[in-house]
Amino acid sequence: MSNLKIGDKAIAFDLPGVDGKRHSLAGYAGKELVIVIFTCNHCPYARAWEDRFVQIQADYAAKGVQLLAISSNDAVKHPDDSFPKMQERAAEKGFNFPYLYDESQEVARAYGAQRTPEVFVFDKNRTMRYQGTVDDNYEEPASVKTPYLRQAIDAVLAGKTAPTPETAAVGCTIKWK
Amino acid sequence: MLHVSFLYFEGCPSHELALERLRQVLAEEGIEAEVEVVKVETDTQAEQLRFMGSPTILVEGRDIDPLPPSVQFALTCRIYCREDGRISPLPSPELIRRSLRAAVVRAAAGR
Repeated sequence: MSNLKIGDKAIAFDLPGVDGKRHSLAGYAGKELVIVIFTCNHCPYARAWEDRFVQIQADYAAKGVQLLAISSNDAVKHPDDSFPKMQERAAEKGFNFPYLYDESQEVARAYGAQRTPEVFVFDKNRTMRYQGTVDDNYEEPASVKTPYLRQAIDAVLAGKTAPTPETAAVGCTIKWK
Repeated sequence: MLHVSFLYFEGCPSHELALERLRQVLAEEGIEAEVEVVKVETDTQAEQLRFMGSPTILVEGRDIDPLPPSVQFALTCRIYCREDGRISPLPSPELIRRSLRAAVVRAAAGR
């Protein structure tokens, strides 16, 4: 269960990105909507969904939507989640969003994130409007019946409530130190 | 009777479905097997059992999808490659089936 409830404000962070720059939530103050996704390199669920992250960013960028991916996994026990490997993955998959490294795991703990991927959607006032999973079918994109995240984005951009504001995040547990 | 070990850790969201899939394939193939379900709870246990991720299925001690020796033993999820090349947290029924059939053949040959 995350530490944030629908209606809560986003928690600030400032993390290094695979692009060599630091990224803070405040740095995206001008965005209509920010999507924070806790994800990682090694989890098969995160990997199954990551093309959809890229597509969502591409589809909604012009509407002022910004996706920020954060990896918080312990890279000592899980070396595939190291920062250099994050840089490789971002390049390989053409990530069109910042991929940030939460090495201390403080941001994941502050948000109460438990799984990868786990999605938090914040409106222009940085009020949380959706939390949970990406859609209802990690395995077959063509068989998705309920695209929860897209539905939430469309609703929030239209000034409405997400049809399903909270869902259970599906994926591997965050690998704590 | 074949001996099949099913190893998993609690944090793996796919272990129940994987075990169900294993049992289903055993039933479809009409193979009698003793299925030992092992919950791996610590990193030490993962090292001792050479547990390379959840779920792991061993048929007569052989991993149905052998991994390179460089893979670390840890409480983590495993990645399987589907027949269509996509990755999955679950072994496909075909992968399970091939391993079981190979084990049956080996057993019949007395190996």
